[in-house]
Amino acid sequence: MGRIENTFKKLNEKGETALVGFVTAGDPDRGTSEKIITAMCEGGIDILELGVPFSDPTADGPVIQRSSSRAIRQGMTLAGVLEMIAGLRKKHEIPVIVFSYYNPILAYGNRRFYKDAVAVGADGVLVVDLPPEESDELTDIFDDTDFSLIRLVAPTTPKQRMKNIAENASGFIYLVSKTGVTGSDGLDTTDIRVHTDMLKSVTTLPICVGFGISTPDDVARMSKMADGVVIGSAFERTIETNIKNPDLPALIAEQTRAYKAQTGHP
Amino acid sequence: MNPENRKSGPMPDEKGHFGPYGGRYIAETLMPAVLELEDAYKKFSIMPKFQKELSAMLADYAGRPTPLYFAQRLTRKIGGAAIWLKREDLLHSGAHKLNNTLGQALLARFMGKKKVIAETGAGQHGVATATAAAFFGMECRIFMGTEDIVRQAPNVKRMELLGAEVIPVSTGTGTLKDAMNEALRFWVSAVNDTFYVIGSVAGPHPYPAMVRDFQKIIGEETRDQVIKQAGRLPDLLVACVGGGSNAMGLFYPFLQDDCEILGVEAAGMGIETKKHAATLCAGSVGVLHGSKSYLLQDENGQIKEAHSISAGLDYPGVGPEHSLLKDLGRISYTAITDAEALNAFHVLCRTEGIIPALESSHALAAAMKEAEKRPENEIIVVNLSGRGDKDLGIVTSFPATLK
Repeated sequence: MGRIENTFKKLNEKGETALVGFVTAGDPDRGTSEKIITAMCEGGIDILELGVPFSDPTADGPVIQRSSSRAIRQGMTLAGVLEMIAGLRKKHEIPVIVFSYYNPILAYGNRRFYKDAVAVGADGVLVVDLPPEESDELTDIFDDTDFSLIRLVAPTTPKQRMKNIAENASGFIYLVSKTGVTGSDGLDTTDIRVHTDMLKSVTTLPICVGFGISTPDDVARMSKMADGVVIGSAFERTIETNIKNPDLPALIAEQTRAYKAQTGHP
Repeated sequence: MNPENRKSGPMPDEKGHFGPYGGRYIAETLMPAVLELEDAYKKFSIMPKFQKELSAMLADYAGRPTPLYFAQRLTRKIGGAAIWLKREDLLHSGAHKLNNTLGQALLARFMGKKKVIAETGAGQHGVATATAAAFFGMECRIFMGTEDIVRQAPNVKRMELLGAEVIPVSTGTGTLKDAMNEALRFWVSAVNDTFYVIGSVAGPHPYPAMVRDFQKIIGEETRDQVIKQAGRLPDLLVACVGGGSNAMGLFYPFLQDDCEILGVEAAGMGIETKKHAATLCAGSVGVLHGSKSYLLQDENGQIKEAHSISAGLDYPGVGPEHSLLKDLGRISYTAITDAEALNAFHVLCRTEGIIPALESSHALAAAMKEAEKRPENEIIVVNLSGRGDKDLGIVTSFPATLK
């Protein structure tokens, strides 16, 4: 059993939802970023999504756009992200998903990426702009391992398409909470429930909800509907407003604990 | 790759691939919209009612057919092959862009969409989209980089006069690439009721094929006109390539003919200076804005800034069909510097009394070079894709040094 499956199994036994934490690797700089991901792990995230910065992040709002720019200016690359994962693996068994746009992976080389990602102990990759129509060119390379391409489902995805996506999915399914970019306001709980219910009717894989979830209260609400809750822009906002603050890792750990406290099932 | 592949079937294939290029590399949220668009395009574009309405608009409103004009004085000045100009600069709103925006706006109307958005670089596609939106009474938002807003100020005013809201984009380099990023972000949030009018043969399938189809009227007319006026097919076709829509429009109907084709990219300050927009001449394969094609990128897959004096060519990507045609060797691609384009601009103004767009001036500069090398009995057709009124601010900031 892979780390992702194992994590959901254990959480399920404890009656908890997975807290999935996203940060852009290398923001505000590599050293601080390593401390931040350690703080997130120690604060209680269950799965880490480590973002590969990209120059043209078309699915992201201003917060993650700025974090990507900072990380690129600091020299972060996909190779650097893989090194960070290798470093983290020495201390933590947490599942790690590489979160990227397709072009950095394509430039690195699909085959080389797969081989190196598995070697450093990554558990999967989520490629924002690689829908099922185009994903064979990446997944055809995946051998029979526990390495997953995490598939996305959106509020615009019709049921039959959801079913097709779910059939080819592994690890978990990422449900985009709303039409819009990352970090935008306004969670419509009723609407999200429609989509989680629809998705549950076509898959037994865990469902993680992301986009626009920022407060512990949001986490509590989403925990009632999904198997996992993804926080990204909210962590990046903390990083952005505390770039020079030496207590930044401690603040991130505290923020993580506040979210994690809301993931218990009632 | 075998050039015969080109003749093996229609391009693109069902998934929107032109050989290894094209496709649909976009966020899942947009996939259903793009699939809906593809279905709607297939269904409506073949309906006689659609075709009749589009033809009528192109003729009565836009001013088609545009003339094919033998530039006798320019030809005499250069000395060599005959230079003919396809006068897309005479099309309503000042460039070839309207062919496509009228087509897409009509499609939006058939689909029942009342809101349109577009990205723009030089502002010509923005103006053409605002024009089509005004024509159909649609709400229109145009995303434009702050750098381009400064250098193409007259077009900003025109879009506003036509009732469009111009949304400044200050991220990145504040140019076309960033405007497209922002338009995609907006579309993700408004995908349920908004039609995205992409201005070039770029973006996810079906855009590259659809925009080519709406623009191929340029080449179809040219083919008829040159046979009628010059008695035969041309020896060489020349057009500028940013994303590549005016070029695909002219070239497409000639792909099976026995004539040379030359696409002209922007060499900016010179390819060796790295300040250029010559994607096909000096780029490598990657994925940007929904399709796979040649790009300007670094070794880590980060997109590089393009540079050109011409805002419409200042883009680090290019259409997937151009990428394939380059690999197949069917089209040759070259690049023209800012200085060469400016020179061609002035030459055309003085010899023919035509003020060309800086984009088209790149094609003109390459055609002038080719004409010089070729015998007088050869025919070169240049796509004069737009007029240069929008560029007066830039042009007058450089001293005219006519060669």
